[in-house]
Amino acid sequence: MELHGITKRFPGVVANHDIDITIGKGTVHALVGENGAGKSTLMKILYGMQKPDEGTIAINGEQVSFSNPGDAIERGIGMVHQHFMLADNFTVLENVVLGGEKLYGIGAGARRKIKEISDAYGLGIRPDALVEDLGVADRQRVEILKVLYRGARILILDEPTAVLVPQEVDALFANLRELKAEGLTVIFISHKLGEVLSVADDITVIRRGTTVGTADPATTTTKQLAELMVGSELPSPETRESTVTDVPMLRVRDLALTVTDPDGTVRDVLAGVGFTIHKGEVLGIAGVEGNGQTELIETLIGMRDPDGGVITLDTDDISHAPTRKRREAGIGYIPEDRHRHGVLLDAPLWENRILGHVTEKPNSRGWLLDNKAARTDTERIVREYDVRTPGIEVTAASLSGGNQQKLIVGREMSHAPKLLIAAHPTRGVDVGAQAQIWDQIREARREGLAVLLISADLDELIGLSDTLRVMYRGRLVADADPATITPEELGSAMTGAATGHLEGSEDEAR
Amino acid sequence: MKKFDKDRLILGLAGPVLALVVALALTTVVLLASGRNPFEPYRIMFDSASYVDVQVLIINQAGTYYLAALAVAVGFRMNLFNIGVDGQYRLAAMMAALVGASVTLPGPLHIALIVIVAMLVGAFWAGIAGFLKTTRGVSEVVSTIMLNSIATALVAWLILPKNFGEQPAGSNNLTTGEIAESGWFPGLPMGDGGEIYGFTFVAAGCGLLYWFGLNRTRFGFDLRATGASESAAQASGVDAKKMILTSMLISGAVAGLAGLPTLLGDTHTYSLDFPTGIGFTGITIALLGRNNPLGIAFSALLIAFLDKSSASLDQFGYEKEIATIMQGLIVISVVVSYELVRRYGVRRQQQKVGEELAAGHAIKTEKEAAL
Repeated sequence: MELHGITKRFPGVVANHDIDITIGKGTVHALVGENGAGKSTLMKILYGMQKPDEGTIAINGEQVSFSNPGDAIERGIGMVHQHFMLADNFTVLENVVLGGEKLYGIGAGARRKIKEISDAYGLGIRPDALVEDLGVADRQRVEILKVLYRGARILILDEPTAVLVPQEVDALFANLRELKAEGLTVIFISHKLGEVLSVADDITVIRRGTTVGTADPATTTTKQLAELMVGSELPSPETRESTVTDVPMLRVRDLALTVTDPDGTVRDVLAGVGFTIHKGEVLGIAGVEGNGQTELIETLIGMRDPDGGVITLDTDDISHAPTRKRREAGIGYIPEDRHRHGVLLDAPLWENRILGHVTEKPNSRGWLLDNKAARTDTERIVREYDVRTPGIEVTAASLSGGNQQKLIVGREMSHAPKLLIAAHPTRGVDVGAQAQIWDQIREARREGLAVLLISADLDELIGLSDTLRVMYRGRLVADADPATITPEELGSAMTGAATGHLEGSEDEAR
Repeated sequence: MKKFDKDRLILGLAGPVLALVVALALTTVVLLASGRNPFEPYRIMFDSASYVDVQVLIINQAGTYYLAALAVAVGFRMNLFNIGVDGQYRLAAMMAALVGASVTLPGPLHIALIVIVAMLVGAFWAGIAGFLKTTRGVSEVVSTIMLNSIATALVAWLILPKNFGEQPAGSNNLTTGEIAESGWFPGLPMGDGGEIYGFTFVAAGCGLLYWFGLNRTRFGFDLRATGASESAAQASGVDAKKMILTSMLISGAVAGLAGLPTLLGDTHTYSLDFPTGIGFTGITIALLGRNNPLGIAFSALLIAFLDKSSASLDQFGYEKEIATIMQGLIVISVVVSYELVRRYGVRRQQQKVGEELAAGHAIKTEKEAAL
């Protein structure tokens, strides 16, 4: 597959220009680049979702032009999206045949074909399992199978490892090697460089919409690759010196939360959760998504009412206090899902600056809003937190995800929080902004901020935290010292394989 | 950043203008299809609106519509669909008339009492729906529609002579009795054209209050935030349940006011022929006016114009239902054109932001300043 001189313009913006990539048959080819570098536009072009303005695409030496994904599928190109597109209440078999009923029917023929593909590439798929019962890694394999079922010879995987723990990543890579061995071509999009180096045969780096270079994974280090990607030196999440004090800021005792499912069964989502965060301490919670982290955060910020246990902020019992009281008392909140909980997409930036702090200065005086002061302060946040925007009257929706996140971080930090709840603070944020957000957290921590950090990025978690806990099925099952633990060890604890105090590999832990 | 403001204004106007043009075109098609002169009815309507008495009628009608539409708009701003404005309005007007007719107080107090009763009754009736929604999760759409029916039955029962009503001698009509003159709201005389109800100005004041409340107070911000994204509002510290109940109460209280221009300025009694359907017209107007107090004012005038000036169509051999058809077509075009304009606006702004950033017009950040 060859791409030559691909250029895509949107009115006023050039998303891709002069992209040249040659992808060898039967290889894993990685495309790396920051968020907003133009990877997704390129993928959309490859998959026929958008037409390039200039340039050519050739497959096996034959020039092709796609006007919709159907054309691409016909040419043997398949895409596995970052967000799974599966119907939860269908079985694997049903999901796979959905939309492809004409290929092998919907019955025995389809089942045979699924088995055949699954065995050929070692995917280990059970055709009759309900998708809702499957874990993330299994779902991803179903997505891959769906694509293969439609006859794809070239697979595009968009950030496939973002949702996986290290062990699952290894399994995925094993699958990819199988695919490669069978002569299939894999295009792998990622910004996790360590993974890219371990799985790719060739690497192409994209920066600011164009290909800036290629790298040979055998001779390149992550650092070199990152520098190629950002065009400058690489930031690291490491926290240099400890600032932990012995003054407790947040104490959580025996926190319990139950939810009632639609069918009436009562489930524990949090049970016996207890921890203390001191002033100047960052407590990181590791865990595979869906093990109670979201519920824990929502209980701490007051969006859910706990069924038991005590939450103490500083010296006040806030176990059942309303969200607004907690925010006024000094809890800053960087939500997990910024579109649902962090911003009003259709509102201008300065109104988003008010969100969550409407009762506080400079946003209001008494019962009245102070729109003028809020606007002025929004301009300050835009300046200090490097939010790239032409102005503060544009809606939040018109900013990129990273810039929205910087605005949220700026807003939360502007109210001198005592405790910051940061859920995936750098998810979907480019490397430059990531470093900045880390710096801001570190700086505030030096001034006595207590931070509860939840992240799927284990490097971030280990690098930023002073203390680590592992959450599994609603309980804190293990603790670890970030100074000695490795991502692999943490990953195995996240799957419930290890409990108690995790000894670091160098045996330096207590 | 003035440029974006101007854009927003143009986009804001584009929706209604597009809707009206489409509605006008479709009405013309309807006229043509039924073999009528497609332009004559408009001329007749405009001619009739040039008389002062019709103008006064239009303004008076618009005042009532304005209040009903504000009541609907309060709900809309936080994603609540109060279809029950009509029932709240009728029940409130009736109770207010009853209380007003049963006491005699010095002027301003008498009027104040009637106003307060109307607001309380409207708020109470809407509050039932709010209460059901917050405690039992009942959709306000369903409960307010049902409350409309209950209000109809309740009013019919209360107004029976054996309960609280009166039957004027020699009439089939039932009334709640005449309110003493101390409870009449003075109007603005327009010579031969009659007089503009004084309460119309109160309605305008309510519009101002609505604007101020929404855009300048903390409460208004919470309300708008809830409407824009309930989950984000909740995370920001808004108590969603309290907010639903409060806004239903406000919406109902304003709905209660909608009957007062007529009651205080004209009929001074609630009778069986008191206007109905005001609340539903209010929904049309709030939609057309995009929940904006000024937009609602123009829409209220427009719909009132269609209502009142169409009366003259009959004299010239046209059916006055042409205006009703037009109102219906406006509703459809409004819904479609607003969505189209909104999508266009979102795309356009994203492009513009992209352009400006690409052209290096971002606000200078400290990081750049340091370089």
